[in-house]
Amino acid sequence: MTPRGVASVDQVSTAPLRLVTEQDRSVQIAATLAVPTIESEAQLKALLTSLSGVDAVGAEARAAKLSTRSIKKSTKLAAIEMAISMVDLTTLEGADTPGRVASLCTKALRPDPRDLTIPSVAAVCVYPDLVAHARAVLGSSPVAVASVATSFPSGRASLQVKLMDVREAVSAGADEIDMVIDRGAFLSGRIGQVFDEVVAVKEACGDARLKVILETGELVTYDNVRRASWIAMLGGADFIKTSTGKVTVNATLPVALVMLEAVRDFAETAGPTIGVKVAGGIRTTKDAIRYLVVVNETVGSTWLTPNLFRFGASSLLNDLLMQRLKQQRGAYVRADEFSAD
Amino acid sequence: MSDRRLANSQLGSLEYDPAPESATIAKLKPSYGLFIDGEFREAESDARFTTVNPANEEALSMVAQASAADVDRAVVSARRAYDKVWSKTTGAQRSKYLFRIARLIQERSRELAVIETLDNGKPIRESRDVDIPLAAAHFFYYAGWADKLDHAGFGVNPQPLGVAGQIIPWNFPLLMAAWKLAPALAAGNTCVLKPAETTPLSALVLAEILEQAELPPGVVNIVTGDGSTGAALVEHLDVDKIAFTGSTEVGRMIQQRTAASHKHLTLELGGKGANIVFDDAPIDEMIEGIIDGIFFNQGHVCCAGSRLLVQESVADEVLRRLVRRVEQLRVGDPLDKNTDVGAINSAAQLLRIRELTDFGESEGATRYTSSCELPQKGYWFAPTVFADVSQSHRIAREEIFGPVLSVLTFRTPEEAVTKANNTKYGLACGVWSEKGSRTLWVAERLRAGVVWANTYNRFDPTSPFGGMRESGFGREGGRHGLEAYLNV
Amino acid sequence: MSDGRLDVRKTYKLLINGSFPRSESGRSYEVTSAKGAFLANVAQGSRKDVRDAVTAARGAQAKWWNATAYNRGQVIYRLAEMAESRRDELAEHVALCEGVNARTSQKTVSSSIDRMVWYAGWTDKIAQVLGATNPVAGPFFNFSIPVPSGVVGVVCAQDSSLEGFVDAVLAPLCVGNTVVALASERRPTPGVLLGEMTSSSDFPAGVLNIVTGLSDELASVLASHEDVDGLDLSGVTSADADGIAALGAGSIKRIYRPHATESVSSLRRLRAFVETSTVWHTIGQ
Repeated sequence: MTPRGVASVDQVSTAPLRLVTEQDRSVQIAATLAVPTIESEAQLKALLTSLSGVDAVGAEARAAKLSTRSIKKSTKLAAIEMAISMVDLTTLEGADTPGRVASLCTKALRPDPRDLTIPSVAAVCVYPDLVAHARAVLGSSPVAVASVATSFPSGRASLQVKLMDVREAVSAGADEIDMVIDRGAFLSGRIGQVFDEVVAVKEACGDARLKVILETGELVTYDNVRRASWIAMLGGADFIKTSTGKVTVNATLPVALVMLEAVRDFAETAGPTIGVKVAGGIRTTKDAIRYLVVVNETVGSTWLTPNLFRFGASSLLNDLLMQRLKQQRGAYVRADEFSAD
Repeated sequence: MSDRRLANSQLGSLEYDPAPESATIAKLKPSYGLFIDGEFREAESDARFTTVNPANEEALSMVAQASAADVDRAVVSARRAYDKVWSKTTGAQRSKYLFRIARLIQERSRELAVIETLDNGKPIRESRDVDIPLAAAHFFYYAGWADKLDHAGFGVNPQPLGVAGQIIPWNFPLLMAAWKLAPALAAGNTCVLKPAETTPLSALVLAEILEQAELPPGVVNIVTGDGSTGAALVEHLDVDKIAFTGSTEVGRMIQQRTAASHKHLTLELGGKGANIVFDDAPIDEMIEGIIDGIFFNQGHVCCAGSRLLVQESVADEVLRRLVRRVEQLRVGDPLDKNTDVGAINSAAQLLRIRELTDFGESEGATRYTSSCELPQKGYWFAPTVFADVSQSHRIAREEIFGPVLSVLTFRTPEEAVTKANNTKYGLACGVWSEKGSRTLWVAERLRAGVVWANTYNRFDPTSPFGGMRESGFGREGGRHGLEAYLNV
Repeated sequence: MSDGRLDVRKTYKLLINGSFPRSESGRSYEVTSAKGAFLANVAQGSRKDVRDAVTAARGAQAKWWNATAYNRGQVIYRLAEMAESRRDELAEHVALCEGVNARTSQKTVSSSIDRMVWYAGWTDKIAQVLGATNPVAGPFFNFSIPVPSGVVGVVCAQDSSLEGFVDAVLAPLCVGNTVVALASERRPTPGVLLGEMTSSSDFPAGVLNIVTGLSDELASVLASHEDVDGLDLSGVTSADADGIAALGAGSIKRIYRPHATESVSSLRRLRAFVETSTVWHTIGQ
């Protein structure tokens, strides 16, 4: 029996090792909740300043290396099915109608009616005035109704208006609220205001889960993304989300990495396990699997469920279905195999 | 506060199926001869030896064992090619040969990557993404100097040295061949290259590429063999220049043997690189950088960050994150695209690593070793971190050349510099901090040929690489890299 | 053709932003060989074409400079590969335009390709030759690096239809500028051919733009265009050169005029279109 750590050639060391335990190799979620109470902007600023900076070159290099992981065969199939169950199937267009939403909800429940083994997606995501229609189609199915709110996507309105937006969505039946932070306030240093708004929206959510959109494309730097993540988590977010999908730069692998590192550190120090949602520009199965690899190797098992990781996407679903079918059939398939919703 | 008893989150719980690259892409021949005067031929005594895949101890191919007579033939060929052809070849022509070679390396990159992984044991991801691209880039870079030597800062019309004897190590076989051949040829020299005993194959396939590039016969000769082949090359009277990369031990012998001769000499030897981590380091990238610094290429890197000097105030947290990250390293089949750490290159090297690591424990350091499963066949060593290491421990002073990190602490920048410099070596160091002024302050005080700030193990053909003190002298890469091959 | 087959003749168009449009003016002019035989109706570029070319060059400049030097070198080397594989076509045009025999034109093509290779190798070395670290008298790390001026307008040599074109165009390109080139008025086709080859050499759109037409007229447009940072006056006749240079002074352009005895290995043309940027950084604990 070869002791750990030494190859089978020749004599072997018998000196004691400091055994690496299961604790050592996992993300150690704090046993006791210890989320700091934020009493002032100054205190919040001090906390944020104490966070480690992010070296952009290093973060991007790590993300790039993770994206070289080769995911094949049964892992790929498992990843595809996991990804399907993590999709927030989204429609956020000015031209949305009840009919469009109904179609989307049907697809969300049964992505492919010919194959009932395919899981439903996690949620549908719509504008607040269409929540009731989504609720009507979905009823009490496991697919959640998520609503954007707080004057999505810009967030440029009074707090009063933004909270009203939230309350209407909640009373129409939304299970989840995707809010936007005030990027203007963040970039001009009024982080106390950003924090207060998250707290207020969380309260207005009632039982609904809160996703906080950071709009990372407008925050630009990874340092800003780390800080905004912490503001949102401290303010009560259930999820932190990358983007609205309505600006030029949306979710990227390095941004997701930084956000996952933030939720990891938060879980280890403060306690709560906060979810991450990546949104905008994720169109292919390959992209989706890359994100899952980053989740797998940054935060691990607890986050590899729709409870704590989501893809905000629309066309991604069909590509996932296509790739799943291709894995099963062994040949490339047509896009028209699946509904064009 | 409620006791939540939430289970820890398992990193890597999504397990990856094997994703092996195919070994047949290497198109290996059952045997290779010496490459002398533009053609492959057997050693005069027909002597051969086997080269083995260190991941499973299986034979890959047979290569020729060059004797002193074979080395002589190679030098004669190089000399003739120099006198009759290469010294009369214009810079513009030399440039185009080198560009051709660079392109051919790019074209055959996948094949070369698989060969390198089979012969050396390094993960295919590293051969594919680092070794081969850098080798091609090195030829590209020096191709562009061949027709511009007047502008290289060594005066007008600088002349080459003549015939260069070049001995390279087993840790980056093709890349080291590129580092030696490209500047030598650009400057107008001809070469006799001696690859390492355990990794001859990629150099021999490079010889095929030189044929495809129609490099004139004799301009590059490749003689495979053990230490005796290298010794014959070092002692050959008609060699003008010796370039050696390898251990300080052997470098010392070479310097002694060439002291009385006219031969120009450059040496690139061992190191005991210090990775200095300040409390304001960007934490996640720093952990990756430490990992890259010592586990990249299984730690078989002369400039490896084999010492971690961490500011005492953050030492515990850094160690905790480091151990967690080490546990995530995927050790195994080098041909698997998801492998992070491959095999140790030889049984001899493995023995040496184990010897030093065992000593490290007996010296009193605390040893963490990855719980990864190691394959039954082949030469393997699990990534290891030693904490509580003192400056006087052997594992803090001697080069292990394996996946073993020694962790020491410091309190002030001054102390970090003193500890980092407290070695007879002087090859490379890393500095991790977000404070630029301090990084520069530390960098200018480090006695190292290369300082990496907020990164580690980055190489580029434009960037000079080489050591101070017993890490050797001379630089490879950049404009400075030409100096070794010019009579200036 | 001896077999009576009619060949398909080529239309020579402009190169702007990676596409090959006709002149917006719709005009063309006749170009003949040195011996007077009809060669082609080449697009007669207008001031608006020049304006569009400058816009394209400006739009492409940041990305060209942000690519690695290695990448820029690869792109220019690939142009040499393309030129080598189409050398006969180039030689034919050089022979027709310059009125030289096949042997001479082949030599010209060979030396032009070798020049392309020379420039390809400069991209990742010019910083090492023109840059420096400066030992200032204080605790500062001080370094100087050469950065490109930006958009360079080039009036290509009138007589040297290929070699002159290569030197004028690749010198600013290899140090990171983007270029609007006015090909030789009477001998434009070799340059236009080379422009076509950039299309298959991974040149990003807008990095090299070529406008054919009446040199004097277009040179003034380039010279007075305020968004052009540098000007190469090789193809401007000496009578007009002072006037054109004076026009360029309006926006303080960097002006390059070749010396009669400039050596082929001179870096003067490379240095003409770089700016030296010096950075200071404190050193201290």
